[in-house]
Amino acid sequence: MRALTWHGKHNVQVDTVPDPQIVNPRDAIIKITATAICGSDLHLYDSMIPGMSNGDILGHEFMGEVVEVGRGNTSLKKGDRVVVPFVIACGQCFFCERSLPAACDNSNPADKSDATEIAYGHPVAGLFGYSHLTGGFAGGQAEYARVPYSDYGPIKIPDGIEDERVLFLSDIYPTGWMAAENAQIQPGDTVAIWGCGPVGLFAIKSAILQGAGRVIAIDRHPNRLALAKANGAEVLNYHEVKVREALLEMTAGLGPDSCIDAVGMESHGFSPDNIIDAVKQETRLGTDRPHVLRETIMAVRKGGTVSVPGVYGGVADKWPVGAFMEKGLTLKTGQTHVQRYLPQLLQLVLDGKIDTTDLISHRLPLEQAAEGYKNFKENQNEWTKVVLKPH
Amino acid sequence: MSHSEVSTDADVGSTAFVDSDRREGDHEASSLQAILINRPRQELYAFWRDFRNLPAFMENVKAVEVLDDRRSQWTIAGPAGADFDLVSEITQDAPGERIAWTSTEGSDVDHEGRVEFRDNAFGRGTEVRVFISYDPPAGVIGKVVAKVLQREPRIQARRELRRFKQLMETGEISTSKAPDAAPRASRHF
Repeated sequence: MRALTWHGKHNVQVDTVPDPQIVNPRDAIIKITATAICGSDLHLYDSMIPGMSNGDILGHEFMGEVVEVGRGNTSLKKGDRVVVPFVIACGQCFFCERSLPAACDNSNPADKSDATEIAYGHPVAGLFGYSHLTGGFAGGQAEYARVPYSDYGPIKIPDGIEDERVLFLSDIYPTGWMAAENAQIQPGDTVAIWGCGPVGLFAIKSAILQGAGRVIAIDRHPNRLALAKANGAEVLNYHEVKVREALLEMTAGLGPDSCIDAVGMESHGFSPDNIIDAVKQETRLGTDRPHVLRETIMAVRKGGTVSVPGVYGGVADKWPVGAFMEKGLTLKTGQTHVQRYLPQLLQLVLDGKIDTTDLISHRLPLEQAAEGYKNFKENQNEWTKVVLKPH
Repeated sequence: MSHSEVSTDADVGSTAFVDSDRREGDHEASSLQAILINRPRQELYAFWRDFRNLPAFMENVKAVEVLDDRRSQWTIAGPAGADFDLVSEITQDAPGERIAWTSTEGSDVDHEGRVEFRDNAFGRGTEVRVFISYDPPAGVIGKVVAKVLQREPRIQARRELRRFKQLMETGEISTSKAPDAAPRASRHF
């Protein structure tokens, strides 16, 4: 089959690779009808996440048709249309039973989980197409994918609903939703969201559906800010204003009740802390550029909540732990517990309560995936979301 | 064990103690590992007690043939593709609680192991503790080689327990082995 594979920093290309096989009883093979490039794929593209190997298939946002199921799988059958969560989870461990599938104890293979056990204190769950730290599973930017524990994760999609309305259930829609939920929004709250990429946009939509009185979105790309505005947010361009001063001014000195960091480890901008971090990252003295995380902690009101859907992978310093403690803040984060949200979020789509397609700027055949990566990275203003069609 | 003076509540002999405290007996390498498994104690005991099941989750145990009620013959994958045989004899068998075994005279590998199953006090399943020790086939050099191959007992025991947990909780062992489980491009640049 054809698949988008990683060969180093800014080096991805579509290659011919072996077809995936059913290996375990609960596996399924999915013929992929739509898949997307995620903002977090750019961290791999930029070689910021360790544990990648030459030839790995990328992609963790995908959906398609079941073409084969393992003998232990009684819930899926050939021909079912499914969206696949990017988190691989067994459904039966301590964490899955507590509705924390992104903490699944079993999905990361035993020979792959030593690294994060050392780096993070505990091994993390398996993810599709996201380095060998998260299991070394082949991703979904391909014609076919093997889906482990396919009787637990994938959600069936009724006929007659176009792929693009449900594709983002795989990651960015539940990720934005959980980001808003983690922000602990009370009716009438002001929520500030850094980053108007796909996750930031879904966080805006979700915050409003969850009762926020006011959403303030922060980015530098006019087109992304326009999308945020169209979704009901007030906007700040951080190239034009000092963000914290603007937020104080807009909230009459109180500060936002909640702040969401939908940017993660590769912040842009020219503040002194970020320039120092960029140098450290280049020289591998530090791994993450947590400028936004710092800014959210400084900006949020006393007793407020900071929610972090943005991906961090390593260590950071100059973290304002004093402000965090003295202001009495709550910090909530984590990979998304996708499986927990799927039925409820699919229902919102079916009821027409959320538009999941307005952020899509480009639709490309899989063969042009490398071009999609390059532009999603370099032309962020126009390239807001890329959907790939493998068949 | 000689830890009666240690005033800490971790399991004596656990890897939580510094290396010098972790050694036990005369073996070159030893390890104790614990894991919580979301299945009943009796079920876990029964699966382990049938030693023919060990190769399913012990990567370097290639085959086990049961000789009689207490003895079984194990084929172990050693460093550099060599196979080693040992005859293991059960020295303690407390159904649902504990199994201990040791290699018998004349085995290629000098090995000792035990596994304990306890109900978690707060209803979180079964606490499984495994102690594995062995003298590698070629003494000190064997350990160095074994370590390079990541078959050093501590890593090995941790991975074996993870696989045992996966198999017991989910009915299968998670894998991303290329090419079938996780295809990848073979081209190099």
